[in-house]
Amino acid sequence: MTQKNGKMQQHTVVALVYDRPGVLNRVVSMVRRRAFNIGSLAVGHSETPGLSRMTFVVEGDDKILEQVTKQLRKLVDVVRVSDLKGVNAVYRELSLVRVSANATTRSEIIQIVDIFRANIVDVGHDSLIIEVTGDEEKLESLVTLLNPFGVLEIMRSGRLAMVRGIQGDSGANGNPSDAEGTLTDGTQWARQDGDEAKATPLLPPG
Amino acid sequence: MKLNGGQMICQALLNEGVDTVFGIPGGAIMPLYQMLPQFPGLRHILVRHEQGAAMAADGYGRVTGKVGVCFATSGPGATNLVTGLAGAMMDSVPMVAITGQVAREAIGTDAFQEADVTGVTLPVIKHNFLVMTAEELPRVMKEAFYLARTGRPGPVLVDVPKDVFVEEAEFDYPETVELPGYPPKMEGDPDAIRRAADLIAQAKRPVIFAGHGIIIADAYKELQEFAEKGQFPVTTTLLGIGSFKSDHVLNIGLPGMHGSAYANHMINDSDLLIALGMRFDDRVTSKVSLFAPNAKVIHVDIDPAELGKNVPPTVPIVGDVKHVLRQLIPLVEKADRREWLSHIDELQRNHPLWFEKDDVLRPQDVIQEISDSTDGKAIIATGVGQHQMWAAQLYKFKEYNSFITSGGLGAMGFETPSAMGAQVGLPDRTVWTIAGDGGFQMTLMELATMVENHIPVKIALINNNSLGMVRQWQDIFYNHDYVATLYSGNPDFVKLAEAYGLRGIKVTRKDEIGPAIKQAMEWNGPVLVDFQVEQTENVYPFIPPGTGVDNIVEDPRLVQKRVK
Repeated sequence: MTQKNGKMQQHTVVALVYDRPGVLNRVVSMVRRRAFNIGSLAVGHSETPGLSRMTFVVEGDDKILEQVTKQLRKLVDVVRVSDLKGVNAVYRELSLVRVSANATTRSEIIQIVDIFRANIVDVGHDSLIIEVTGDEEKLESLVTLLNPFGVLEIMRSGRLAMVRGIQGDSGANGNPSDAEGTLTDGTQWARQDGDEAKATPLLPPG
Repeated sequence: MKLNGGQMICQALLNEGVDTVFGIPGGAIMPLYQMLPQFPGLRHILVRHEQGAAMAADGYGRVTGKVGVCFATSGPGATNLVTGLAGAMMDSVPMVAITGQVAREAIGTDAFQEADVTGVTLPVIKHNFLVMTAEELPRVMKEAFYLARTGRPGPVLVDVPKDVFVEEAEFDYPETVELPGYPPKMEGDPDAIRRAADLIAQAKRPVIFAGHGIIIADAYKELQEFAEKGQFPVTTTLLGIGSFKSDHVLNIGLPGMHGSAYANHMINDSDLLIALGMRFDDRVTSKVSLFAPNAKVIHVDIDPAELGKNVPPTVPIVGDVKHVLRQLIPLVEKADRREWLSHIDELQRNHPLWFEKDDVLRPQDVIQEISDSTDGKAIIATGVGQHQMWAAQLYKFKEYNSFITSGGLGAMGFETPSAMGAQVGLPDRTVWTIAGDGGFQMTLMELATMVENHIPVKIALINNNSLGMVRQWQDIFYNHDYVATLYSGNPDFVKLAEAYGLRGIKVTRKDEIGPAIKQAMEWNGPVLVDFQVEQTENVYPFIPPGTGVDNIVEDPRLVQKRVK
């Protein structure tokens, strides 16, 4: 999914990594060191014992996306990287929202929750916790509707992504690009497209 | 066979073909050191600072192509390695560092001499391991060496808690590694190779950029065959010096910020760059949008992340440059490039690499004399700054892979320890350090190591009593405002050398250069020659950062001569 979000494009990248101490540190350190912007990062066990899967939301243009995937692949503990650009995939995020609720507002909130097919997972004297799953747009719409009641706390899992079993016309090649497929042709930005590389005047002499 | 962790590491080093280790012991790594006498096949060279250990291992790795190895203890020992490791990473040098760590149960308690060494080094090296059981050591050592020397080489650190060195386990050294996330790709994609050959066939003004990858891949013969067959002029990047013979008619020398004006003009006029094992560093390109504006780019590198990182390639090829050249050579037609080559000849006549030759003792005179006296056959190790650029411009290398310099990181102080490592690796070669007085004072304690271990490095100290390159930038960008660049209290370097047990020679006049170099070469041991050179000399030509070849600054004295 590549969506325009203001000026910044967003891309989803999924990495299969070894489940070892320090792997998250290696990945995050690389991202920070190379000044990439990550919108969200979700990590969890995969179907294979010893391997975890990470879903990144990367902000930036195609050149940035390409560098992120290539630099991820360079990490020894990263087994495989898939860039979901042009791929038909399911995107989900889970959010917990604590919202103010009293006897008069509770029923109205419950109605909104039902419309969003969300769940109320905790009821207190003056607040509710709502669990909602969906894409970012759905999560954000729910919060917008809940705001007038007083949103007290939000927890979001970050985006998870999985490629769909059947690729429709939105799937460009039917397969997420992976480490084997795009080593040579992964370079997508063409020469003379006016991209300006990092400026040099502030570099030290020597 | 049961061994303790320390014995396992020593045995693994021998299995990997290591014969030399540079290092300094300390509390946490002592159990490893105390095993060394049981392994006489390992020569340990006791340095005076851990940075020297890393840089010596670097010099050793560069000239031998083998993995350089260094040891350091936990905490300060390991943190002192960091500059050396970062430099080896930037310049793709195979290295394995073994560091002691505090005992397992003390990790995370801010114990004495504890530092998070895997954390500290993580962003500046290829990979690292914290080994929590002796059982893992054989696999980790195998993987460490495999990672260090394959693909794009680089430094790998193995951090071992003190009690793991003494823990016993079965030693069964693996034959192979299982690293599914690490697939170095050797052959170029055949389709990309064909597209590259098509671009070459259409090109009228092609240029080869030969980088360190040629040296690492041992692709000297392939490069020469490729260049000769296609009649491509070859420009060698700073780390590509020594990938192609200096005296070859197609060698156009150094490009970039302090490259010759003719090489830079040639690149600017080119219609096809064939970049082989290089990474378009900002010192090569200056402002990217002004760099070779009319050229298509074939970029070959074993590291996919380099393709498209700085300069967008027309045809990117991932692979080992030796393999790729072998694939490419049969597809290249013999070409007649007289017109293009004569244009380059003209550029060379109009924009020569020039320096003032008068009675003043100038740094360039020293380097030229060393080049002549050694017949271009020495190994030259440099620090970083003016002397480094003059060495790169003026030394006429007749042997492959003989220029050892801190390119990417630009670490001053690299000259002395790296020369020492290179001399240990290749004891039959003549090794000269071309040092600046600034960088030399950052690692000069290794003079003791040289004397102690009979390492006969010859040191040419290009002594201008200043941090010359920064002073030069003050001349150009800060109106000669010499903030913190001039030394007023430098030591007597000859006395200093003698105090360490070296021979020391002082040179203050131009006519003393030749005899001093001759004496140094005849002396059977390390020598320091203190060349007290003209302080105001600047490195030309110069492309100011953020600009392009149109802004190239040639030596004002040359420009004046031209006007006359």
